[in-house]
Amino acid sequence: MGKKTLGEKLFDGFNYVFLTLFAFSAVYPFINILSISFSTPAAANAYGLKFIPKEFTLEAYRAVFDNKVIWTGYYNTIIRTGVGTALNVLFTVLCAYPLSKRYLPNRNLYTSLIVFTMFFSGGLIPTYLLIKSLGLLDNRLVLILPGLIAAFSMIIVRNYFMSLPEEIEESAKIDGANDVRILFSIVLPVSLPIIATIALWYAVAHWNAWFDALLYISDPNKTVLQTVLYKIIIQGSPQFQQFETFDPSVQSVTPDIIKAATVMVATVPILCVYPFIQKYFVKGVMIGSLKG
Amino acid sequence: MYGIILAFKDYRFIDGILGSPWAGLQNFRDLMSGRDFPQAFKNTLIISSLKLLFGFPAPIILALLLNEIRHLMFKKVVQTLSYLPHFLSWVVLAGIFMEVFSPTRGIVNLVITSLGGKAIFFFGDPEWFRTLLVSTDVWKGVGWGSIIYLAALSSIDPTLYEAAIVDGANRWKQMLHITLPSLVPVVTIMFIFAVGGIINDDFDQVFNFYNPAVYSVADVLSTYTYRIGIADMQYGLATASGLFVNIIAFTLIVVTNSIVKRFSNYGIW
Repeated sequence: MGKKTLGEKLFDGFNYVFLTLFAFSAVYPFINILSISFSTPAAANAYGLKFIPKEFTLEAYRAVFDNKVIWTGYYNTIIRTGVGTALNVLFTVLCAYPLSKRYLPNRNLYTSLIVFTMFFSGGLIPTYLLIKSLGLLDNRLVLILPGLIAAFSMIIVRNYFMSLPEEIEESAKIDGANDVRILFSIVLPVSLPIIATIALWYAVAHWNAWFDALLYISDPNKTVLQTVLYKIIIQGSPQFQQFETFDPSVQSVTPDIIKAATVMVATVPILCVYPFIQKYFVKGVMIGSLKG
Repeated sequence: MYGIILAFKDYRFIDGILGSPWAGLQNFRDLMSGRDFPQAFKNTLIISSLKLLFGFPAPIILALLLNEIRHLMFKKVVQTLSYLPHFLSWVVLAGIFMEVFSPTRGIVNLVITSLGGKAIFFFGDPEWFRTLLVSTDVWKGVGWGSIIYLAALSSIDPTLYEAAIVDGANRWKQMLHITLPSLVPVVTIMFIFAVGGIINDDFDQVFNFYNPAVYSVADVLSTYTYRIGIADMQYGLATASGLFVNIIAFTLIVVTNSIVKRFSNYGIW
C-alpha cells in the first residue's frame, strides 16, 4: 500500500476521535449511576461528571439490601432464569429437530405457521384472557410457559441442524440408534455453539423480563426483580418512602440514590458476565444472519 | 388467537367470550371516533418513523467506521462497549437516563447550561420527549445492530479491494464501489424487517419513560391498548386496537417485501 493521503489521515483521525466518544457515551451512563449510588445526597445533587463517588458511602446499598422485596425478586428471577432457560432450550431443540428433517410431512406448513406468529399475534387482551382461563394467573409457570419457544431462536436452530451432514445420522441409524438417541448423543454435541447462543438469549430475556410479571402476578412473593425495579424506579412506589420523613439535613439517603443503588443491584450481574459471554452472542447473530 | 373475535364483540364478563353479543364493527368505530386512539396512532407513526430514519442507518454507519479501523484492539474495545446497552431492560435504562437527563444534576443539562442554554426537563417536556425516545433508542440498538453488517463486511472478498487499489481507487472510491454494493442484500432484508416493525412501537421503552405530562406526544398504540385494556378493562375496544395494529404491521411487511422483491432479488420469503 502506498502512503496515506492527507484526506485519509484526516478521516482516520476523525474516525478514532468519533468512535472514542461514541464508546464513552455507551458506558458513561453506567459509571454515572454507579457513582451516584455510592454518594451522599449532597454529592449526588451537585452538578458534575460523576466519575468517582464523592463522599463515599454504602448507606444506599444498606437500605436496598435491608429490603426484603429485593431479595424476593432476586430469588424469583434466579429460579425463573435457571428453570426457564433449561426448559426453553429443551423445547426449542425438540421443536427444531423434526422440522429440520426433509422427510417430515408438511414440514413447510408447520414452519410457516410458526413464522407467522412472529408477525401476527392475538394481542394483549386475548393473550391475557387466555392466560386467565388456563388458570395461570399468579402461577410461577406463567413466566415460563407462554414464551417457552421463541420462533426466531427455533428457526435459527432448525437452520443449523439442516446444515449438518445427513450421512452421520444415517450411519448411526444403521448402527441401531433411534431418533432420540441420535438427537442427544450425536446432533446436540456438535451443535453446542448454537445451543449456547440461544441459551444465553433466553437467559438474558428472562433476567430482563418484567411486563409479564407485572401483568400476571399479583402475589408479592412471586414477583421478579425487574418488576420490583419497575415499581421502585418508575412508579416511585412507597417501598422506600420512609426515608423522606427524615430530617433532610441529616438524611443519609434519598429516593434518587436508592434508585441508583437498585439499578446497580439489578445490573451488576449482567455487567459481570457480559464480557465473557458477548462473543457467543455475536456468533449467534452471525449464524442466524448467514443462514437465515 | 381465537380471542381476536373479542374485537367484534360487546364483551361482558358473565357471558364470556362466546356468549357476549356481537357488536359488528362498533368497537372499531368507537376507536376511530375517540380522541385518544387517533392521537396514539399519529404518535406511533411519528415516533416509529423517526426511529427508522435515524435508527436504521446508524448501525450501518457505525459498522463502516469500525471497518476502517486497522487497530484491532481499539476496534474490539469499541465494539464490546457498544453492545452493552442492548443487554439491559428499559426499566433499568429508564432509571439510568432519569439521572443522565435530570434537569438539576444530569450531565446533559450540565453541557447545555455551560454552553449558555437553559436546562431542559427532557422527561416532562412534550417538545423534547420524542427526541429523548428516539435518541435513547438509537443509542441502545446501534452497537448490537452493527454486528450483522460487520459480519457482512468481513465476508467481502479481499481481492476486490486489491484489484481496486491497482486500478488507483482511493479509500473513498473503494467504499463507494465495493463496500456499499456488497452490503445491499443484508441492508435490504434488515429494511423489510424495520418497516414491518414501524407500527409495532416499542412498548417497553415508552411505558417506562412516559408520564401524564407527555401523553399527548408519547402515548403510542401499544401503551394506549394497555391502558384501555388492563387499566380500564374495556376488552373489546382494546382487542380491536391490538388487531388493527397487527393487521397494519402484517400488511406493511408483506407489501414492503413484495416491492423490494420486484426491484431486487432479495426478500425474506
